[in-house]
Amino acid sequence: MTTAAPAYERATSLALALDRLGAGGVTIIAGGTDYYPSRVGRPTDAALLDIADLPELRGITSEIDHWRIGAAATWADLLDAPLPAAFDGLRQAAREVGGLQIQNAGTIGGNLCNASPAADGIPALLALDATVELRSSAATTTIPLSSFILGPRRTRRTPDQLVTAVLVPHARHAVTSRFVKLGARRYLVISIVMASACLEVNDAGKITAARVAVGACSPVARRLPTLEQRLVGTRFGSGLGGLVAHDHLAPLSPIDDVRASRAYRIDAARTVVARLLDDLPTPR
Amino acid sequence: MNAPTPLTALAWTVNGRTVAMPADGRRRLADVLRDDLGLTGTKIGCNAGDCGACTVLLDGRQVCACLTPVGRVADREVTTIEGFADQPDLARLQRAFHVHLATQCGICTPGMIVAAADLLRRNPNPDEAAILDALGGVLCRCTGYRNIITAVQACVAEVTMPAAPAAGHALGSRAAKVDGAAKVTGAERFGADGIPADALWLRVVRSPHARARFTLGDLDAMQARFPGLVRILTAADVPSNGYGIYPDVKDQPVLADGQVRHRGEAVVALVGPRAVVEAIPDDAVPIRYDIETPVIGLDAAMRDGAPLVQAAKPGNFLVQGRVHRGDPAGAFANCAAIAEGTFTTRYVEHAYIEPEAGWARRVGDRVEIHVTTQTPYMDRDEVAIVMRMAPDQIRIVPTACGGGFGGKLDLSVQPLIALAAWLTDQPVACVYTRPESMMATTKRHPARIRARFGADSSGRLQAVDVDALFDTGAYASWGPTVANRVPVHATGPYAVPHVTTRGRAFLTNEPVAGAFRGFGVPQGAIAHEALMDDLAAQLAIDRLEIRRRNALRVGDTTATGQRLDASCGLVACLDALEPHWHTALAAAERFNETSTRTRRGVGIGCMWYGIGNTALSNPSTMRIGIAADGTVTFYNGCADIGQGTTTTMLQVVADGAGLPMDTIRSVVADTDLTLDAGKSSASRQAFVSGKAAELAGRALREHILERVGAVEPATITIDGARLVVTDPAGEHLFDLAALIPNERGDVLEGIGRFDPPTTPLDADGQGVPYATYAFAAQMAEVEVDLDLGTTRVTRIVAAHDVGRSLNPQQVEGQIHGGIAQGLGLALMEEYRTGRTENLHDYLIPTIGDIPPIETILIEDREPLGPGGAKGVGEPALIPTPPAILGAIRHATGVRMDEVPVLPHRLRGRLRVE
Repeated sequence: MTTAAPAYERATSLALALDRLGAGGVTIIAGGTDYYPSRVGRPTDAALLDIADLPELRGITSEIDHWRIGAAATWADLLDAPLPAAFDGLRQAAREVGGLQIQNAGTIGGNLCNASPAADGIPALLALDATVELRSSAATTTIPLSSFILGPRRTRRTPDQLVTAVLVPHARHAVTSRFVKLGARRYLVISIVMASACLEVNDAGKITAARVAVGACSPVARRLPTLEQRLVGTRFGSGLGGLVAHDHLAPLSPIDDVRASRAYRIDAARTVVARLLDDLPTPR
Repeated sequence: MNAPTPLTALAWTVNGRTVAMPADGRRRLADVLRDDLGLTGTKIGCNAGDCGACTVLLDGRQVCACLTPVGRVADREVTTIEGFADQPDLARLQRAFHVHLATQCGICTPGMIVAAADLLRRNPNPDEAAILDALGGVLCRCTGYRNIITAVQACVAEVTMPAAPAAGHALGSRAAKVDGAAKVTGAERFGADGIPADALWLRVVRSPHARARFTLGDLDAMQARFPGLVRILTAADVPSNGYGIYPDVKDQPVLADGQVRHRGEAVVALVGPRAVVEAIPDDAVPIRYDIETPVIGLDAAMRDGAPLVQAAKPGNFLVQGRVHRGDPAGAFANCAAIAEGTFTTRYVEHAYIEPEAGWARRVGDRVEIHVTTQTPYMDRDEVAIVMRMAPDQIRIVPTACGGGFGGKLDLSVQPLIALAAWLTDQPVACVYTRPESMMATTKRHPARIRARFGADSSGRLQAVDVDALFDTGAYASWGPTVANRVPVHATGPYAVPHVTTRGRAFLTNEPVAGAFRGFGVPQGAIAHEALMDDLAAQLAIDRLEIRRRNALRVGDTTATGQRLDASCGLVACLDALEPHWHTALAAAERFNETSTRTRRGVGIGCMWYGIGNTALSNPSTMRIGIAADGTVTFYNGCADIGQGTTTTMLQVVADGAGLPMDTIRSVVADTDLTLDAGKSSASRQAFVSGKAAELAGRALREHILERVGAVEPATITIDGARLVVTDPAGEHLFDLAALIPNERGDVLEGIGRFDPPTTPLDADGQGVPYATYAFAAQMAEVEVDLDLGTTRVTRIVAAHDVGRSLNPQQVEGQIHGGIAQGLGLALMEEYRTGRTENLHDYLIPTIGDIPPIETILIEDREPLGPGGAKGVGEPALIPTPPAILGAIRHATGVRMDEVPVLPHRLRGRLRVE
């Protein structure tokens, strides 16, 4: 009974979007910053469902126990929002996504669904212990970000599901957070290595929670659990970078590509992570 | 062009005007602006969000129009560059770009200005960091960005255009770019901007393989499967299926004939309505490839028994050039210090922001081609050969050229659209996609250069031995030029009594290596400057001082036996650099005393560059005329590729004639209307065409004085048809309307021709290959992160002997742009076939990568040049990579013999040492 989807439809309500998605035959577009580059010299012939302006997907709000970032929030929205210190790393990442043109269009949800090994937002969201909210006409589910992305360009999103939000739990203590990107030029650069950290520090100055993630050094950005364990319980202060050991990088499995060699990535990742920790701002 | 599409009830606003929404909302906003609304000020450089040329404001915020589905802008406000003129603050921004020469070719300019407008509306007085962040998404390949930063900063105050220089005062003035207004308003028409609405579209199907034999299946059946497809062109349709730069080397097919020799080679061309040919996937074309193992790299090409890239080229050997003088072997035996090394460079892509584009139509028994090009006259002659027509049956009308740098010296779309227009008798257009532009067109030659330099104990060079190997790719293109130019320049700009140098080019199944700013000399300079630093270290002589001791001076003899009679300004360049050099060395030393993560270093690079073709005639002819109504027209045959010849040639001709430049109208580079001014290459236009323009202006002036019987000193005034000449004897009046006009409508004219005096080189490379040489010395300061191997260039000081600046602002612009490309060559640019065919994997410098640049112009006048001018286009780039490499070495102790110095390469060397 379904009719063919229109060539282009700008979704006006989440319910309608989910219906369309359930019926199949549509390609979701949000920022367009991944879709159009994949069609250079080829016709844009898929039926597009444009979710960029869905009000349900745009907000950045503080809920009872978490922050909710709508999946269609752009990098620019993130930079405009009054977010606490925990988000400093994510906001720094937002400034490194393409140029302002891309930051004004590209979305957080798109960055996750495109699932590039070098996606700028993912290490910072892993460091925020983010959860992905998915909805279909039938159900709403949440999946930890760390298990949402399966590999390059592969996620656990099923064809009838829309990523609707990224949820970030509120911190219990003061937080310090940062993001570092290493590339071969200043702007518009795909990372060779990037890393983000988020530490919670109690009133006594002890680190109570630590999350450190590295991107562009494995098919999916990875956290460094043994380093995080080493950090928890340590007193926050200078010299944290000195705690980083080669073994902490075991989850990484970089490749040789046009940007750098495998050996360099491992070597540089250690330096980047150590400096990331050394240069963390005062928790607040 | 797309067929007109039905409209929906939705509307949107563009530049304050309400327009209806096309039915297909998924079309790219950029295409709708350009194709439906004629707003071609929005440029398309990549269609992938990598270059920012299509930047527009959407509800006041900058976005890429190529990534925006038009359906999304319903009920919203789009502002393009065309919407700026009637808003005072935005018009001021446009003027600032014009006044400060923040535009060269102009293809990035609309996007850059729109991005800057977004910034200034939020922050009217931004600091440099804010400007970099706001403009970081727009790539520019010409300007080196520094003038763009200056222009944005200038908008805090009112910006007014300077007055045009008075008669006799144009040459040497900072006259504003005469085509600048068109560049900053988006009115300029580039290759893809003026395509007639009824033009058919031509799409090339290219080989995905580097080396293969192929057969074509049933093309009639294919044509039947795709209604609307007008023609499928194959090699069999091309009248003479070979072209090439040299008259005796026409080795490159327009369409491959049973065999492909590099990835991206053209196999068939589909001609039909745009929507039809774009919708046909490559795999619908019946091409059966028999893949063969490609010859990749110099070692594979030179190996005994290597498969041949071209059957007629044994050993894959294309060409050799050499220079031999004195007794190098004997001289090395007596040297106090000897330095040597082998230096490797990679394929480098021109990455102009405008992909190749143009359209052609048949006019009777002629073909007219509107195309982005650096060389209209060579295009005309080459297309004539391919079409088996007489050259005068081909008319080339160059559009504005959105960057060339050597990459638009070879044919691209020209023969294809000419053939298709001829056969179909309809206008036919072709616009390369970015990946197509990158995979199908020429690159800088990868080089492997073994060099040995020997000096006496005072640091004076005694002997030089250089063997340069070049990977020239699948076809000859400009390979012979590189192989001949490099041996002449391989000593560097130094006096050396005993020299043996050789340049050889080998064919491979890689992209065609052709012309790229410097024709191999930048690669050679990396070698000679590294060895000069080595000798300085061995002999404990300051690096600047050892260069000064060896610098070519008037009266010296070059390795080709040419005595230099004038205009050798290298010593003056080094003297000017010296105070900066010592200050920078001291500053680096101070910094390094306390720094742990990073170390600073200072490097120096010198160069010389022969202006014009190597030991070959390369004349230019220019013409200026006065019509019966007093209109003065300059027929300027130079293709302006952004370097500014439309302005500088006008300055020269105006002073030659003694008329104010703003009273002369220009006809630029139309092969039916102008005379042959050769190619915009080899840094030759200022010197060669400039001289021709000077002579043309003077010839017109002499005719006028003769007509009225006046003598110098005289003043010429044109008041409609009334010509007034004032000389010491008084006023002479003359009625132009009394004369009989020629076919151009002119009643008086002046023609100037100049061919720089050179001689052929003998078997030992002895002779006069160039009439004059440019010289330069640049200094780079860098900061190297020792643990990450990253290099940040923090400052460049560039001293250039240009003979005479025709226009100092334009010269500075050339220097800035050359430095940016040199920085890219040194630190980030490496084209890898099949891996970097876009502008996010192939990295060129962004606005955040170019440091402050100080330029110092040395004017050691060249007696042959117009007003004493030489050239600067290529010289600007050549010293930059060695200066940066020398600075990295100074900072770290590591001599990098391979570019680009990507972080992993430098870190790898730092870990070893």
